[in-house]
Amino acid sequence: MSMPYYVAPEQVMKDRAEYAQKGIARGRSLVATTYDEGIAVVAENPSRSLHKISEIYDRIAFGGVGKYNEYDQLRVAGVRHADTKGYAYSREDVDARSLANLYAQYLGNVFTHEMKPLEVEVLVAELGADNKPDQLYHIAYEGTITDEERFAVLGGDAETIAERVGAAWRAGWDLSSALKAATASLAGPDRTLAAGDLEVATLSRGNGRRTFRRITEEDVAQLLA
Amino acid sequence: MTAGGDLRSGPRSSGASNDGQPPFPVTHATTVVALRYADGVIMAGDRRATAGNIIAHNAMEKVFPADRYSAVAIAGTAGMAVEMVRLFQVQLEHYEKVEGATLSLEGKANQLAQMVRQHLPMAMQGLAVVPLFAGFDTARGIGRIFNYDVTGGHYEDADFQATGSGGRDARTTIKLGFREGLTQNEAVDLAILSLYEAADEDSATGGPDLVRGIYPLIAVVDADGYRQVAETEVAERFGALIARKVAERAQ
Repeated sequence: MSMPYYVAPEQVMKDRAEYAQKGIARGRSLVATTYDEGIAVVAENPSRSLHKISEIYDRIAFGGVGKYNEYDQLRVAGVRHADTKGYAYSREDVDARSLANLYAQYLGNVFTHEMKPLEVEVLVAELGADNKPDQLYHIAYEGTITDEERFAVLGGDAETIAERVGAAWRAGWDLSSALKAATASLAGPDRTLAAGDLEVATLSRGNGRRTFRRITEEDVAQLLA
Repeated sequence: MTAGGDLRSGPRSSGASNDGQPPFPVTHATTVVALRYADGVIMAGDRRATAGNIIAHNAMEKVFPADRYSAVAIAGTAGMAVEMVRLFQVQLEHYEKVEGATLSLEGKANQLAQMVRQHLPMAMQGLAVVPLFAGFDTARGIGRIFNYDVTGGHYEDADFQATGSGGRDARTTIKLGFREGLTQNEAVDLAILSLYEAADEDSATGGPDLVRGIYPLIAVVDADGYRQVAETEVAERFGALIARKVAERAQ
Protein backbone atom coordinates (compact mmCIF):
# COMPACT_ATOMS: atom_id res chain seq x y z
CA MET A 1 0.00 0.00 0.00
CA SER A 2 1.40 3.35 -1.00
CA MET A 3 1.35 6.24 1.40
CA PRO A 4 1.08 9.84 0.11
CA TYR A 5 4.22 11.79 0.78
CA TYR A 6 3.97 14.39 3.50
CA VAL A 7 5.14 17.77 2.29
CA ALA A 8 5.23 20.60 4.82
CA PRO A 9 2.95 23.53 3.81
CA GLU A 10 5.91 25.88 4.20
CA GLN A 11 7.72 23.88 1.56
CA VAL A 12 4.70 23.89 -0.79
CA MET A 13 4.40 27.68 -0.57
CA LYS A 14 8.12 28.16 -1.00
CA ASP A 15 8.17 25.99 -4.09
CA ARG A 16 5.20 27.80 -5.61
CA ALA A 17 6.71 31.21 -4.89
CA GLU A 18 10.00 30.15 -6.45
CA TYR A 19 8.19 28.82 -9.49
CA ALA A 20 6.22 32.07 -9.96
CA GLN A 21 9.28 34.27 -9.40
CA LYS A 22 11.24 32.32 -11.99
CA GLY A 23 8.44 32.69 -14.50
CA ILE A 24 8.17 36.43 -13.91
CA ALA A 25 11.93 36.94 -14.05
CA ARG A 26 11.98 35.47 -17.56
CA GLY A 27 9.97 38.46 -18.84
CA ARG A 28 10.91 42.10 -19.04
CA SER A 29 10.06 44.74 -16.45
CA LEU A 30 7.73 47.72 -16.27
CA VAL A 31 7.95 51.12 -14.58
CA ALA A 32 5.03 53.41 -13.73
CA THR A 33 5.60 56.92 -12.43
CA THR A 34 3.61 60.06 -11.81
CA TYR A 35 4.58 63.22 -13.71
CA ASP A 36 3.20 66.77 -13.88
CA GLU A 37 0.25 65.89 -16.15
CA GLY A 38 -0.60 62.47 -14.78
CA ILE A 39 0.85 58.96 -14.83
CA ALA A 40 3.30 57.46 -17.32
CA VAL A 41 3.75 53.72 -17.71
CA VAL A 42 6.86 52.47 -19.49
CA ALA A 43 7.48 48.81 -20.30
CA GLU A 44 10.26 47.07 -22.10
CA ASN A 45 8.35 45.39 -24.90
CA PRO A 46 9.55 44.97 -28.48
CA SER A 47 6.09 43.88 -29.68
CA ARG A 48 3.77 46.49 -31.23
CA SER A 49 0.63 44.40 -30.94
CA LEU A 50 0.94 42.30 -27.77
CA HIS A 51 0.53 44.96 -25.14
CA LYS A 52 1.71 45.01 -21.55
CA ILE A 53 -0.09 48.28 -20.84
CA SER A 54 -3.78 48.80 -21.55
CA GLU A 55 -6.79 50.95 -20.81
CA ILE A 56 -9.24 49.70 -18.22
CA TYR A 57 -11.49 52.70 -17.73
CA ASP A 58 -11.67 56.50 -17.97
CA ARG A 59 -8.92 57.10 -15.39
CA ILE A 60 -7.57 53.60 -14.87
CA ALA A 61 -4.74 51.82 -16.67
CA PHE A 62 -3.49 48.25 -16.43
CA GLY A 63 0.05 46.93 -16.61
CA GLY A 64 1.13 43.32 -16.55
CA VAL A 65 4.44 41.50 -16.54
CA GLY A 66 5.17 37.79 -16.70
CA LYS A 67 3.20 35.32 -18.76
CA TYR A 68 1.22 37.13 -21.45
CA ASN A 69 -1.79 34.83 -21.61
CA GLU A 70 -2.22 34.98 -17.84
CA TYR A 71 -2.10 38.74 -17.36
CA ASP A 72 -4.15 39.34 -20.50
CA GLN A 73 -6.91 37.23 -18.97
CA LEU A 74 -6.74 39.45 -15.88
CA ARG A 75 -6.86 42.57 -18.06
CA VAL A 76 -10.03 41.46 -19.84
CA ALA A 77 -11.66 40.56 -16.52
CA GLY A 78 -10.75 44.04 -15.27
CA VAL A 79 -12.28 45.78 -18.28
CA ARG A 80 -15.44 43.73 -17.86
CA HIS A 81 -15.62 44.51 -14.13
CA ALA A 82 -15.14 48.24 -14.71
CA ASP A 83 -17.57 48.52 -17.64
CA THR A 84 -20.26 46.53 -15.85
CA LYS A 85 -19.91 48.60 -12.71
CA GLY A 86 -19.92 51.90 -14.60
CA TYR A 87 -23.01 50.89 -16.55
CA ALA A 88 -24.93 49.60 -13.52
CA TYR A 89 -24.10 52.59 -11.31
CA SER A 90 -22.18 55.60 -12.59
CA ARG A 91 -18.84 56.21 -14.29
CA GLU A 92 -17.52 57.94 -11.17
CA ASP A 93 -18.19 54.85 -9.05
CA VAL A 94 -15.51 52.88 -10.87
CA ASP A 95 -12.29 53.01 -8.85
CA ALA A 96 -8.90 51.37 -8.95
CA ARG A 97 -8.94 50.30 -5.30
CA SER A 98 -11.83 47.89 -5.75
CA LEU A 99 -10.28 46.52 -8.92
CA ALA A 100 -6.88 46.09 -7.24
CA ASN A 101 -8.57 44.23 -4.37
CA LEU A 102 -10.30 41.97 -6.85
CA TYR A 103 -6.99 41.12 -8.53
CA ALA A 104 -5.33 40.57 -5.16
CA GLN A 105 -8.05 38.18 -4.06
CA TYR A 106 -7.94 36.24 -7.29
CA LEU A 107 -4.14 35.97 -7.36
CA GLY A 108 -4.10 34.99 -3.68
CA ASN A 109 -6.73 32.32 -4.22
CA VAL A 110 -4.93 30.81 -7.17
CA PHE A 111 -1.64 30.87 -5.27
CA THR A 112 -2.97 28.93 -2.27
CA HIS A 113 -5.53 26.63 -3.89
CA GLU A 114 -4.26 25.74 -7.34
CA MET A 115 -1.41 23.52 -8.39
CA LYS A 116 0.27 26.28 -10.37
CA PRO A 117 0.40 29.92 -9.29
CA LEU A 118 -0.04 32.66 -11.88
CA GLU A 119 3.35 33.87 -13.13
CA VAL A 120 2.33 37.51 -13.26
CA GLU A 121 2.54 40.83 -11.48
CA VAL A 122 -0.11 43.42 -12.12
CA LEU A 123 -0.25 47.20 -11.93
CA VAL A 124 -3.47 49.17 -11.53
CA ALA A 125 -2.86 52.90 -11.99
CA GLU A 126 -5.47 55.52 -11.32
CA LEU A 127 -5.32 59.19 -12.22
CA GLY A 128 -6.47 61.23 -9.24
CA ALA A 129 -9.48 63.55 -9.62
CA ASP A 130 -10.69 66.45 -7.49
CA ASN A 131 -7.41 66.91 -5.63
CA LYS A 132 -7.11 63.22 -4.86
CA PRO A 133 -3.57 61.94 -5.45
CA ASP A 134 -2.65 59.61 -8.30
CA GLN A 135 -2.57 56.03 -7.11
CA LEU A 136 -0.46 53.08 -8.20
CA TYR A 137 -1.40 49.61 -6.95
CA HIS A 138 1.14 46.85 -7.38
CA ILE A 139 -0.22 43.32 -6.98
CA ALA A 140 2.26 40.46 -6.78
CA TYR A 141 1.79 36.84 -7.92
CA GLU A 142 0.69 35.67 -4.46
CA GLY A 143 -1.84 38.47 -3.99
CA THR A 144 0.25 40.89 -1.96
CA ILE A 145 -0.94 44.40 -2.71
CA THR A 146 1.06 47.58 -2.19
CA ASP A 147 0.04 51.13 -3.02
CA GLU A 148 2.40 53.84 -4.19
CA GLU A 149 1.94 57.51 -4.87
CA ARG A 150 5.28 58.16 -6.62
CA PHE A 151 6.34 55.20 -8.73
CA ALA A 152 6.06 51.42 -8.99
CA VAL A 153 8.27 48.81 -10.60
CA LEU A 154 7.07 45.37 -11.69
CA GLY A 155 9.08 42.42 -12.91
CA GLY A 156 11.96 40.14 -12.13
CA ASP A 157 14.62 42.73 -11.46
CA ALA A 158 12.24 45.10 -9.67
CA GLU A 159 14.41 45.91 -6.66
CA THR A 160 17.44 47.09 -8.60
CA ILE A 161 15.31 49.04 -11.06
CA ALA A 162 13.32 50.61 -8.21
CA GLU A 163 16.56 51.83 -6.65
CA ARG A 164 17.53 53.54 -9.90
CA VAL A 165 14.07 55.10 -10.37
CA GLY A 166 14.04 56.23 -6.74
CA ALA A 167 17.37 58.00 -7.16
CA ALA A 168 16.20 59.85 -10.28
CA TRP A 169 12.60 60.56 -9.25
CA ARG A 170 11.51 64.23 -8.92
CA ALA A 171 8.09 65.51 -7.92
CA GLY A 172 6.24 67.22 -10.79
CA TRP A 173 8.79 66.37 -13.49
CA ASP A 174 7.64 66.49 -17.08
CA LEU A 175 6.94 63.53 -19.36
CA SER A 176 10.25 63.77 -21.18
CA SER A 177 12.41 63.59 -18.04
CA ALA A 178 10.18 60.91 -16.50
CA LEU A 179 10.48 58.85 -19.66
CA LYS A 180 14.26 59.28 -19.86
CA ALA A 181 14.70 58.24 -16.21
CA ALA A 182 12.35 55.26 -16.54
CA THR A 183 14.09 54.08 -19.71
CA ALA A 184 17.55 54.41 -18.18
CA SER A 185 16.38 52.58 -15.05
CA LEU A 186 14.92 49.72 -17.10
CA ALA A 187 18.08 49.45 -19.20
CA GLY A 188 20.60 49.57 -16.35
CA PRO A 189 24.22 50.70 -16.75
CA ASP A 190 25.20 48.12 -19.38
CA ARG A 191 22.44 48.55 -21.98
CA THR A 192 20.58 51.29 -23.79
CA LEU A 193 16.95 51.03 -24.84
CA ALA A 194 15.62 52.77 -27.94
CA ALA A 195 12.04 53.88 -28.64
CA GLY A 196 11.43 50.65 -30.57
CA ASP A 197 12.14 48.53 -27.48
CA LEU A 198 9.57 50.35 -25.39
CA GLU A 199 5.85 50.44 -24.92
CA VAL A 200 4.70 53.73 -23.39
CA ALA A 201 1.25 54.94 -22.38
CA THR A 202 -0.04 57.76 -20.20
CA LEU A 203 -3.07 58.70 -18.16
CA SER A 204 -3.07 62.42 -18.71
CA ARG A 205 -5.29 65.12 -17.22
CA GLY A 206 -5.53 66.96 -20.55
CA ASN A 207 -7.07 64.03 -22.42
CA GLY A 208 -10.78 64.51 -21.69
CA ARG A 209 -13.00 61.73 -20.30
CA ARG A 210 -10.89 58.80 -21.44
CA THR A 211 -7.47 59.80 -20.17
CA PHE A 212 -5.51 56.78 -21.50
CA ARG A 213 -3.25 57.33 -24.52
CA ARG A 214 -0.63 55.19 -26.16
CA ILE A 215 2.47 57.14 -27.10
CA THR A 216 3.64 56.25 -30.61
CA GLU A 217 7.19 55.13 -31.31
CA GLU A 218 8.01 58.42 -33.06
CA ASP A 219 6.75 60.46 -30.13
CA VAL A 220 8.69 58.30 -27.68
CA ALA A 221 11.84 58.81 -29.76
CA GLN A 222 11.23 62.56 -29.67
CA LEU A 223 10.63 62.59 -25.91
CA LEU A 224 13.79 60.58 -25.32
CA ALA A 225 15.92 62.82 -27.53
CA MET B 1 -55.70 57.62 -26.47
CA THR B 2 -53.91 60.85 -27.02
CA ALA B 3 -52.21 61.45 -30.32
CA GLY B 4 -49.02 62.79 -28.73
CA GLY B 5 -45.58 62.46 -30.16
CA ASP B 6 -45.51 58.87 -31.20
CA LEU B 7 -44.03 57.50 -34.35
CA ARG B 8 -47.13 56.96 -36.41
CA SER B 9 -45.95 59.18 -39.20
CA GLY B 10 -42.41 57.90 -38.89
CA PRO B 11 -40.84 54.93 -40.61
CA ARG B 12 -42.97 52.56 -38.56
CA SER B 13 -45.95 52.99 -40.88
CA SER B 14 -45.70 49.39 -42.07
CA GLY B 15 -45.35 46.38 -39.80
CA ALA B 16 -46.30 46.95 -36.18
CA SER B 17 -49.89 47.98 -35.61
CA ASN B 18 -50.99 51.02 -33.66
CA ASP B 19 -53.47 49.04 -31.57
CA GLY B 20 -50.95 47.95 -29.00
CA GLN B 21 -50.62 51.28 -27.24
CA PRO B 22 -49.78 51.18 -23.53
CA PRO B 23 -52.64 52.26 -21.25
CA PHE B 24 -50.66 55.21 -19.88
CA PRO B 25 -48.93 58.23 -21.40
CA VAL B 26 -45.34 57.39 -22.29
CA THR B 27 -42.63 59.96 -22.82
CA HIS B 28 -41.66 60.13 -26.48
CA ALA B 29 -38.84 61.86 -28.26
CA THR B 30 -39.22 63.19 -31.78
CA THR B 31 -37.55 64.72 -34.88
CA VAL B 32 -33.95 63.76 -35.59
CA VAL B 33 -32.09 64.19 -38.87
CA ALA B 34 -28.76 63.20 -40.35
CA LEU B 35 -27.17 64.42 -43.55
CA ARG B 36 -23.89 63.96 -45.30
CA TYR B 37 -21.67 66.90 -46.24
CA ALA B 38 -18.27 67.28 -47.87
CA ASP B 39 -16.16 66.09 -44.89
CA GLY B 40 -18.52 63.84 -42.91
CA VAL B 41 -22.00 63.86 -41.44
CA ILE B 42 -24.20 66.25 -39.46
CA MET B 43 -26.74 64.98 -36.97
CA ALA B 44 -29.38 67.13 -35.34
CA GLY B 45 -32.37 66.65 -33.08
CA ASP B 46 -35.05 68.85 -31.55
CA ARG B 47 -35.36 69.06 -27.75
CA ARG B 48 -38.99 68.23 -27.04
CA ALA B 49 -40.25 65.08 -25.33
CA THR B 50 -43.99 64.46 -25.10
CA ALA B 51 -46.18 62.22 -22.97
CA GLY B 52 -49.59 62.05 -24.60
CA ASN B 53 -50.53 65.67 -25.24
CA ILE B 54 -48.26 66.94 -22.48
CA ILE B 55 -44.78 68.32 -23.09
CA ALA B 56 -42.81 66.14 -20.72
CA HIS B 57 -39.43 67.77 -21.16
CA ASN B 58 -38.34 70.80 -23.13
CA ALA B 59 -34.57 70.41 -23.11
CA MET B 60 -34.14 66.74 -23.90
CA GLU B 61 -31.00 65.55 -25.65
CA LYS B 62 -31.61 63.13 -28.49
CA VAL B 63 -28.23 63.16 -30.22
CA PHE B 64 -25.37 61.30 -28.51
CA PRO B 65 -21.83 60.35 -29.36
CA ALA B 66 -21.76 56.57 -29.83
CA ASP B 67 -17.99 56.60 -29.81
CA ARG B 68 -15.27 58.86 -31.18
CA TYR B 69 -16.31 58.51 -34.84
CA SER B 70 -20.05 57.96 -34.71
CA ALA B 71 -23.25 59.49 -33.41
CA VAL B 72 -26.62 58.03 -32.58
CA ALA B 73 -29.93 59.88 -32.42
CA ILE B 74 -33.13 58.52 -30.99
CA ALA B 75 -36.84 58.68 -31.66
CA GLY B 76 -39.52 56.74 -29.83
CA THR B 77 -40.01 55.90 -26.18
CA ALA B 78 -37.54 58.15 -24.40
CA GLY B 79 -36.76 56.06 -21.34
CA MET B 80 -35.91 52.98 -23.34
CA ALA B 81 -34.15 54.85 -26.10
CA VAL B 82 -31.78 56.61 -23.71
CA GLU B 83 -31.05 53.30 -22.01
CA MET B 84 -30.38 51.67 -25.36
CA VAL B 85 -27.93 54.41 -26.26
CA ARG B 86 -26.15 54.04 -22.92
CA LEU B 87 -25.73 50.31 -23.44
CA PHE B 88 -24.63 50.86 -27.05
CA GLN B 89 -21.95 53.31 -25.93
CA VAL B 90 -20.68 50.87 -23.29
CA GLN B 91 -20.61 48.02 -25.81
CA LEU B 92 -18.58 49.95 -28.37
CA GLU B 93 -16.08 51.11 -25.75
CA HIS B 94 -15.91 47.63 -24.22
CA TYR B 95 -15.17 46.05 -27.58
CA GLU B 96 -12.50 48.64 -28.27
CA LYS B 97 -10.75 48.05 -24.94
CA VAL B 98 -10.95 44.26 -24.95
CA GLU B 99 -9.94 43.83 -28.60
CA GLY B 100 -7.55 46.76 -28.78
CA ALA B 101 -9.22 47.93 -32.01
CA THR B 102 -12.42 49.79 -32.89
CA LEU B 103 -15.31 48.16 -34.72
CA SER B 104 -15.87 49.11 -38.35
CA LEU B 105 -18.72 51.57 -38.90
CA GLU B 106 -20.80 48.78 -40.40
CA GLY B 107 -20.01 46.60 -37.38
CA LYS B 108 -21.34 49.30 -35.10
CA ALA B 109 -24.49 49.67 -37.22
CA ASN B 110 -25.10 45.90 -37.04
CA GLN B 111 -24.56 45.88 -33.29
CA LEU B 112 -27.20 48.59 -32.89
CA ALA B 113 -29.55 46.64 -35.18
CA GLN B 114 -29.35 43.64 -32.86
CA MET B 115 -30.31 45.81 -29.91
CA VAL B 116 -33.31 47.23 -31.77
CA ARG B 117 -34.37 43.73 -32.81
CA GLN B 118 -34.19 42.50 -29.23
CA HIS B 119 -36.48 45.36 -28.31
CA LEU B 120 -39.19 44.25 -30.79
CA PRO B 121 -41.58 42.68 -28.19
CA MET B 122 -41.68 46.02 -26.37
CA ALA B 123 -42.22 47.83 -29.66
CA MET B 124 -45.23 45.57 -30.33
CA GLN B 125 -46.67 46.85 -27.05
CA GLY B 126 -46.29 50.40 -28.21
CA LEU B 127 -42.91 51.20 -26.66
CA ALA B 128 -40.89 51.48 -29.85
CA VAL B 129 -37.36 52.79 -30.14
CA VAL B 130 -36.15 53.86 -33.56
CA PRO B 131 -32.58 55.15 -33.69
CA LEU B 132 -30.67 56.86 -36.45
CA PHE B 133 -26.99 56.08 -36.71
CA ALA B 134 -24.32 58.04 -38.56
CA GLY B 135 -20.59 58.21 -38.47
CA PHE B 136 -17.34 58.76 -40.24
CA ASP B 137 -16.04 55.61 -41.90
CA THR B 138 -12.33 55.94 -41.20
CA ALA B 139 -11.49 53.09 -43.58
CA ARG B 140 -13.26 54.76 -46.53
CA GLY B 141 -12.91 58.41 -45.49
CA ILE B 142 -16.61 59.25 -45.88
CA GLY B 143 -19.65 59.98 -43.74
CA ARG B 144 -22.35 57.27 -43.74
CA ILE B 145 -25.92 57.18 -42.44
CA PHE B 146 -27.97 54.17 -41.29
CA ASN B 147 -31.70 54.22 -40.76
CA TYR B 148 -33.58 51.65 -38.63
CA ASP B 149 -37.05 50.24 -38.31
CA VAL B 150 -38.54 48.59 -35.20
CA THR B 151 -37.60 45.09 -36.36
CA GLY B 152 -33.92 45.96 -36.37
CA GLY B 153 -33.87 46.27 -40.14
CA HIS B 154 -31.31 48.83 -41.08
CA TYR B 155 -30.80 50.52 -44.38
CA GLU B 156 -27.95 52.70 -45.46
CA ASP B 157 -28.96 56.07 -46.86
CA ALA B 158 -26.70 57.69 -49.39
CA ASP B 159 -27.26 61.34 -48.50
CA PHE B 160 -29.71 62.08 -45.70
CA GLN B 161 -32.36 60.60 -43.44
CA ALA B 162 -34.77 61.71 -40.73
CA THR B 163 -36.89 59.82 -38.24
CA GLY B 164 -39.49 60.51 -35.57
CA SER B 165 -42.98 61.99 -35.86
CA GLY B 166 -41.69 65.06 -37.70
CA GLY B 167 -39.31 63.01 -39.81
CA ARG B 168 -41.27 63.28 -43.03
CA ASP B 169 -41.38 67.06 -42.95
CA ALA B 170 -37.71 67.29 -42.07
CA ARG B 171 -36.77 64.83 -44.81
CA THR B 172 -38.67 66.77 -47.45
CA THR B 173 -36.96 70.00 -46.40
CA ILE B 174 -33.53 68.41 -46.65
CA LYS B 175 -34.40 66.79 -49.98
CA LEU B 176 -35.15 70.22 -51.43
CA GLY B 177 -31.94 71.80 -50.17
CA PHE B 178 -29.48 68.92 -50.52
CA ARG B 179 -26.69 68.82 -53.05
CA GLU B 180 -23.39 67.01 -53.28
CA GLY B 181 -20.47 68.63 -51.45
CA LEU B 182 -22.26 70.90 -48.96
CA THR B 183 -19.89 72.73 -46.62
CA GLN B 184 -20.24 72.15 -42.90
CA ASN B 185 -21.97 75.50 -42.37
CA GLU B 186 -24.39 74.92 -45.24
CA ALA B 187 -25.23 71.47 -43.89
CA VAL B 188 -25.81 72.83 -40.37
CA ASP B 189 -28.10 75.52 -41.81
CA LEU B 190 -30.03 72.90 -43.77
CA ALA B 191 -30.43 70.72 -40.64
CA ILE B 192 -31.66 73.77 -38.70
CA LEU B 193 -34.17 74.62 -41.45
CA SER B 194 -35.43 71.03 -41.56
CA LEU B 195 -36.07 70.99 -37.80
CA TYR B 196 -37.76 74.37 -38.01
CA GLU B 197 -40.11 73.15 -40.73
CA ALA B 198 -40.79 69.90 -38.87
CA ALA B 199 -41.68 71.83 -35.71
CA ASP B 200 -44.00 73.95 -37.83
CA GLU B 201 -45.99 70.87 -38.93
CA ASP B 202 -45.63 68.46 -36.03
CA SER B 203 -46.87 69.21 -32.50
CA ALA B 204 -44.45 66.75 -30.95
CA THR B 205 -41.38 68.47 -32.39
CA GLY B 206 -40.06 71.46 -30.51
CA GLY B 207 -39.00 74.61 -32.31
CA PRO B 208 -36.31 76.99 -31.06
CA ASP B 209 -37.13 78.31 -27.58
CA LEU B 210 -35.91 81.90 -27.72
CA VAL B 211 -37.18 82.69 -24.21
CA ARG B 212 -35.23 79.96 -22.41
CA GLY B 213 -32.49 79.81 -24.99
CA ILE B 214 -33.07 76.15 -25.88
CA TYR B 215 -32.02 75.17 -29.39
CA PRO B 216 -31.70 71.86 -31.25
CA LEU B 217 -28.63 69.83 -30.58
CA ILE B 218 -26.31 69.56 -33.54
CA ALA B 219 -23.33 67.23 -33.84
CA VAL B 220 -20.65 67.00 -36.51
CA VAL B 221 -18.68 63.80 -37.18
CA ASP B 222 -15.70 64.01 -39.52
CA ALA B 223 -12.09 62.84 -39.69
CA ASP B 224 -11.41 64.67 -36.39
CA GLY B 225 -14.21 62.76 -34.66
CA TYR B 226 -17.44 63.74 -32.91
CA ARG B 227 -18.05 67.26 -31.69
CA GLN B 228 -21.10 69.30 -30.80
CA VAL B 229 -21.76 72.59 -32.52
CA ALA B 230 -21.61 75.29 -29.82
CA GLU B 231 -25.00 76.39 -28.54
CA THR B 232 -24.17 80.03 -29.22
CA GLU B 233 -23.48 79.23 -32.86
CA VAL B 234 -26.75 77.29 -33.20
CA ALA B 235 -28.59 80.22 -31.58
CA GLU B 236 -26.97 82.62 -34.05
CA ARG B 237 -27.92 80.49 -37.05
CA PHE B 238 -31.50 80.15 -35.80
CA GLY B 239 -31.58 83.92 -35.35
CA ALA B 240 -30.50 84.38 -38.97
CA LEU B 241 -33.15 81.89 -40.16
CA ILE B 242 -35.90 83.65 -38.24
CA ALA B 243 -34.80 87.08 -39.50
CA ARG B 244 -34.91 85.70 -43.05
CA LYS B 245 -38.41 84.26 -42.51
CA VAL B 246 -39.65 87.56 -41.09
CA ALA B 247 -38.15 89.51 -44.00
CA GLU B 248 -39.78 87.12 -46.51
CA ARG B 249 -43.19 87.73 -44.92
CA ALA B 250 -42.76 91.50 -44.93
CA GLN B 251 -42.21 91.56 -48.70
